Amino acid sequence: MTELSKSGAAVGEPVKDSPAPSAFLEVRDLKVHFPTDDGLVKSVDGLSFTLEKGKTLGIVGESGSGKSVTSLGIMGLHTTGQYGKRKAQISGEIWLDGTELLTADPDHVRKLRGREMAMIFQDPLSALHPYYTIGQQIVEAYRIHHKVDKKTARRRAVEMLDRVGIPQPDKRVDSYPHEFSGGMRQRAMIAMSLVNNPELLIADEPTTALDVTVQAQILDLIRDLQKEFGSAVIVITHDLGVVAELSDDILVMYGGRCIERGPAEKVFYEPKHPYTWGLLGSMPRLDREQTERLIPVKGSPPSLINLPTGCAFNPRCAYADVPKDNVTRTVRPELAQVGGRHWAACHMTQEQRERIWTEEIAPKL
Amino acid sequence: MANSAQREGVAAGATLNRDAAPGETLLKVTGLQKHFPIRKGLLQRQVGAVRAVDGLDFEVKSGETLGVVGESGCGKSTMGRLITRLLEPTAGKVEFEGKDITHLGVGAMRPMRRDVQMIFQDPYSSLNPRHTIGTIISAPFKLQGVTPEGGVKKEVQRLLSVVGLNPEHYNRYPHEFSGGQRQRIGIARALALNPKMVVADEPVSALDVSIQAQVVNLLDDLQQELGLTYVIIAHDLSVVRHVSDRIAVMYLGKIVELADRDSLYKAPMHPYTKALMSAVPIPDPRRKSAKSERILLQGDVPSPISPPSGCRFHTRCWKATEICKTTEPPLLELKPGQQVACHHPENFEDQAPQDTVLLTVAKQAAELVADEVLAESAATSAAVAAEVTATPAEKPAVTEKPVVTETSAVAAPEDEAPAKEK
Repeated sequence: MTELSKSGAAVGEPVKDSPAPSAFLEVRDLKVHFPTDDGLVKSVDGLSFTLEKGKTLGIVGESGSGKSVTSLGIMGLHTTGQYGKRKAQISGEIWLDGTELLTADPDHVRKLRGREMAMIFQDPLSALHPYYTIGQQIVEAYRIHHKVDKKTARRRAVEMLDRVGIPQPDKRVDSYPHEFSGGMRQRAMIAMSLVNNPELLIADEPTTALDVTVQAQILDLIRDLQKEFGSAVIVITHDLGVVAELSDDILVMYGGRCIERGPAEKVFYEPKHPYTWGLLGSMPRLDREQTERLIPVKGSPPSLINLPTGCAFNPRCAYADVPKDNVTRTVRPELAQVGGRHWAACHMTQEQRERIWTEEIAPKL
Repeated sequence: MANSAQREGVAAGATLNRDAAPGETLLKVTGLQKHFPIRKGLLQRQVGAVRAVDGLDFEVKSGETLGVVGESGCGKSTMGRLITRLLEPTAGKVEFEGKDITHLGVGAMRPMRRDVQMIFQDPYSSLNPRHTIGTIISAPFKLQGVTPEGGVKKEVQRLLSVVGLNPEHYNRYPHEFSGGQRQRIGIARALALNPKMVVADEPVSALDVSIQAQVVNLLDDLQQELGLTYVIIAHDLSVVRHVSDRIAVMYLGKIVELADRDSLYKAPMHPYTKALMSAVPIPDPRRKSAKSERILLQGDVPSPISPPSGCRFHTRCWKATEICKTTEPPLLELKPGQQVACHHPENFEDQAPQDTVLLTVAKQAAELVADEVLAESAATSAAVAAEVTATPAEKPAVTEKPVVTETSAVAAPEDEAPAKEK
């Protein structure tokens, strides 16, 4: 771990030496690598971002881009010990409210987990224990962090179930997960993650397993709860619609790195990376007139073991051949500021990108 | 392409059917039902049934794409399996090219299988991991005893290039391919016998967005090149809009609305369709504040074991009245090319104007619907009514209709409406 962090040179934004960041959550040069028989899988390779309380960051990317690994990394849920060589190698810094989590005592992180930071998982059926009632699971989550008797904890569980909109919470608190529908299970899981009023909530694909009408309910609920509790929220999803609904800032990941980051409006209206253009063009949209054809990104996502040299997106990029000054394809582009709080990692000059976006991409969307 | 030649070869052994010309009815479904029995106890007595599909009537015309949308559990996949006869219907009739295939046995179905193929949702579980893709794609030839012109291998390689894969990958195994590529293999297999109709059950939902677009475009190209007829089942309304000519919206085993794509998306008539469409998150951060346009539905879809009486949507509908609880609305063609099963449709005159008292559930549901939406709904019905009046090709009854006043729920009574009621 330490060895890696030493060699881990500044990727993305420059890593400052100042130890105590002002932001509520600051991730600096996070790397999560998994050694396998086939080689080192660099799931996350130098990711940096900040997040303030009351704000929502949306992390978008395709499967295998490192979104979930990032969230598990922040929560400290990667195995780093038991399996001998097979442990995840994590380096970088994760500052949560003035505490660095990667170097902190595991017991301390354990105390924070669930209380300061909580997570909503994608599949509620596998995230809830089938053997215990919903109530027991919420009570457990509460009593780990609060010294209260079972009765008080149960009252709290009922209160939370009521808050997330489960009808007859005093009865349903004694139901088992299989007795709930998909949407209700997701609500129960949200209740469980919010029972300790966490200040950081990570929602990993919170609505992917749900139907649209239920998804709308859950998105609404997450938004309301955030307003009410003022937590910082990270929403991880592949659905640009969900991100647009919830996020203040958006971070687009590709091949384990951030390739574009900025305020939601900027990323949607003035995207500065060809991959973001690709995502926007691939998506059929209900709010626009019918387009004749979608504009897909050619090829498939890269292997995380052998990332393409240079820009990881270059084999799929339609503009890889655009002449660039003094840069060869084998050099990896760094995140560079392209506007106020807006960064992108692309070799093309600002003018080139501006021109391609306004002339070639935007009219087709 | 070698298709026509291949078609001859295929057709030679099969029951010779005249190819349906574009626009002719290829598949006709009437009163289709599938009830899965629930058995309990030592004697496995039937104690109930899951009414997965409960009376569907629709047609698929040659060369078109019918999209089927609905939430999970609405019976759309069961419908797909019924029309491909992977399941036997409990009741009703499925006719393919005029031939009744409802209760054909496995052997009798075999010749039909050349004409009706399926693309499955999960490209991981629908390909046998122990077979090379060459074997997988050539399986249809083997099963049907067909030798394509130029040999099986050559034909498989041609199919691979048609779906955008490298023909040299003939000897590779499914695990060597990514999700999108596997879905292409599934498509190549479905196309092997040059079918007339392809039923695709969630063909892109397991794929990443950028790959989704590739597969959607591929399906599009193949349709144009080969004149295929598609039935595409999906839950993603934006994908369905992109690929379909006509769209059926299902709710609890029934079709609640069946319409041309543009009519459906511009002016949905069934409240459920409207709610479903408003629920789709729009990838536009500037619309974040405009969430009031969204119609939130209460609770979950009721159980298909004991579906609600009358209109199945009445338990969650904000317009439900007494009649919705007692009488099931028939699927009627209210506008040309737009069939709806609703007593109080949106964007159109009320079908049961005498019944204005909202059910208690509807009042609760209406609380979740912002006033703007209700007002907008009234405005659009007025606009649509005016538009309808302006179009020359509409039904005479509609022409006489005055511009709707306030909400469509209090629209002026129509002479025709009670007649439609039966």
